[in-house]
Amino acid sequence: MSDQAVSALPGAEATGLVTVREMGLQGMVTLRADLSAAARAVQRVTGAAMPGVRRIEAGKGCSVAWMSPDELLILCDRAGADRMVFDLTEALTGQHHVAVNVSDARAMFALEGAPGGLRDVLSKVTPADMGALVPGEMRRTRLAQVPAAIWFEAEGAARVICFRSVARYVFDVLAMSARPGGAVDYH
Amino acid sequence: MLVLTCPYCGVAACETELAPGGEAHLKRFGPGSSDEDFEAYLFLRPNVKGVHFERWRHAMGCGKWFLAARDTATLEVFGTYRAQTSAPPPEIVAAIQAKRPDWSLT
Repeated sequence: MSDQAVSALPGAEATGLVTVREMGLQGMVTLRADLSAAARAVQRVTGAAMPGVRRIEAGKGCSVAWMSPDELLILCDRAGADRMVFDLTEALTGQHHVAVNVSDARAMFALEGAPGGLRDVLSKVTPADMGALVPGEMRRTRLAQVPAAIWFEAEGAARVICFRSVARYVFDVLAMSARPGGAVDYH
Repeated sequence: MLVLTCPYCGVAACETELAPGGEAHLKRFGPGSSDEDFEAYLFLRPNVKGVHFERWRHAMGCGKWFLAARDTATLEVFGTYRAQTSAPPPEIVAAIQAKRPDWSLT
């Protein structure tokens, strides 16, 4: 991997009802496999228990998110992503699977602010029920016109990931939704 | 608005998070079939008003195909189920018959 890698929108930040910030380079590894059969290998490599449906589990310096019945997304240090792929591939030898470093395929945003305002800002641009989304659960949904995944690290801190090709669009949509004067005070 | 619950990830997904895939439980007529069968497989759909089985993909979510039973006139959803089946499962048929006693799976 090139050491000159840049994230989708380096340093992009917008402040309004909440703060929207592009998080810079983030390591991401996608794993497709029979998840029940891969649970022990994933635990050994990441230190995280196999996440249940839609859950995110914290591991050693990484977190493991359930993406679909046969797919996990592992968020880790960018520098450690290749190592993660290597370790997963080794731990799953003999088992049908694919582990790929997709760090450059996506962009990640942090939204921080009051818990209610945060949910309002997101609710304006997604059909998902933000009031029902609790920390530890990842909701894959739609942000305006593009797919994205949303979860809460804590009550006042949300994370959004989307494809890198739509990073500017997602940032602008979130920043617009967070513009002062647009408070709806619903959540 | 149509809300279908994805049987794979349990998300109550809004119609705009899903991609429609047309009628479910079609029997494919491919190479070697008669022209009539092939035409019927490709083009001829009953387009019912009432109970209907459909394919949907959770496109902006887990990405999986699933099947749904709903009423095309009232938008009432009787249930959703996994796509790895060639006929509606008994609990879906029972759910439909509880609401539509005169309906039967033909």
